Amino acid sequence: METIILMIFGVVVAPILGGLISGVDRKVTARLQSRFGPPILQPFYDVAKLFGKVKVINNFWQVFCAWVYLIAAALSVALLFAQSDLLLIFFVQAIGAVFLVMGGLASSSPYSQVGAQRELIQVLTYEPLIILVFASIFMVTGSFRIDEILAYDQPLLVKLPLMFIVLGYALTIKLRKSPFDFSTSHHAHQELVKGVLTEFSGPYLGIIELAHWYETVFILGICALFWHTSLVGVVLLLASTYFAEILIDNTMSRMTWRWMLKYVWSVGLVMSFVNLIWLHVG
Amino acid sequence: MFKKFIDKSRAKSPWIMHFDCGSCNGCDIEVLACLTPMYDVERFGVVNVGNPKHADVLLVTGTVNPRNAKVLRNIYDQMPDPKGVIAIGACGLSGGIFRECYNVLGGIDKVIPVDVYVPGCPAKPEAIIDGVVTALAKFEGLRG
Ligand code: SF4
Repeated sequence: METIILMIFGVVVAPILGGLISGVDRKVTARLQSRFGPPILQPFYDVAKLFGKVKVINNFWQVFCAWVYLIAAALSVALLFAQSDLLLIFFVQAIGAVFLVMGGLASSSPYSQVGAQRELIQVLTYEPLIILVFASIFMVTGSFRIDEILAYDQPLLVKLPLMFIVLGYALTIKLRKSPFDFSTSHHAHQELVKGVLTEFSGPYLGIIELAHWYETVFILGICALFWHTSLVGVVLLLASTYFAEILIDNTMSRMTWRWMLKYVWSVGLVMSFVNLIWLHVG
Repeated sequence: MFKKFIDKSRAKSPWIMHFDCGSCNGCDIEVLACLTPMYDVERFGVVNVGNPKHADVLLVTGTVNPRNAKVLRNIYDQMPDPKGVIAIGACGLSGGIFRECYNVLGGIDKVIPVDVYVPGCPAKPEAIIDGVVTALAKFEGLRG
């Protein structure tokens, strides 16, 4: 019973939280560029407006993929709140990521196709890292279940500092921030318009935005596991992580997928192995 | 209640798409100037998108000729309703200094319906922002 209430709570609260985070993100970004910036509630206006637009669709699959993406993202957050199994959560969110790519591939527009290919490479880049993070959490706590991880008496950050940075890479890619924002970006007009989202419009773009908020909350939730022992710690950790994310977004330029694959895998894998060996020896 | 919020949001989040039909490019640069920190239209929720399928407001500068009229029409048709069109600069309004040219059709409104006209050669960024805000009044008029 309690788990069901927690799941519903997660599904309801996550988009509100995600929207607020993205509003703050835009505001802080604007301040960093010495602009005034849009109001904090701007993302909600955007999505509400998108839902009010006329539906223009290419084919059935596009709509279907958008919905599956949203449901998978919401379900992964719900499972996270219900303190379920990390591996199960991982597979559910991977389904969402794959369906977004399929939605992009469903139409024959070249921008959408190129965007989908790039998105697929992004997915391939961050999924192994997330798996490694989950595996290292397992090595420390001896369990994949979140309720048992939460029972662990020490912050995971003490034992897995490098894994947290690896998770930071996954977060940057998942949030589609520079230098990894090459599958969909507002600022890549000539290059690929809006990448994988090019063919989604109106309400379906709104659905994807909503799913993106769920994903933001999902990854930040995983980050929160690293300092689960104190509430202040969680807030501090998440705030500083997200601020670092915005800072990186504003100081880096977009890179190519080759660079991303080489850089993220080499750095990510080396850091993971160093951390795991250290864990094993220590 | 939800419907009301959507109507309010429409006026608060106009995503613009910018199409330059040609001519001297002066107005084109002024439109982009609006997006710089100096004028910062993003504080009104404006985002410059490169995709007609995501756009709410189409900003058109320059002169229409038989060749790009097709492109303009195509872009206009791809934008989902509700949408607004703003013609910018003397060229967009009537052909401006190019109106006597053999290939110029005249104003943008010869090709697609225009909601707001922003005069000037080039149009001032302030006037363009004013035009966008006026076009939003059309969205609010949809409330009915
Ligand atoms: S109105 Fe004047 S400034 Fe604008 S495009 Fe035409 S000639 Fe250039």
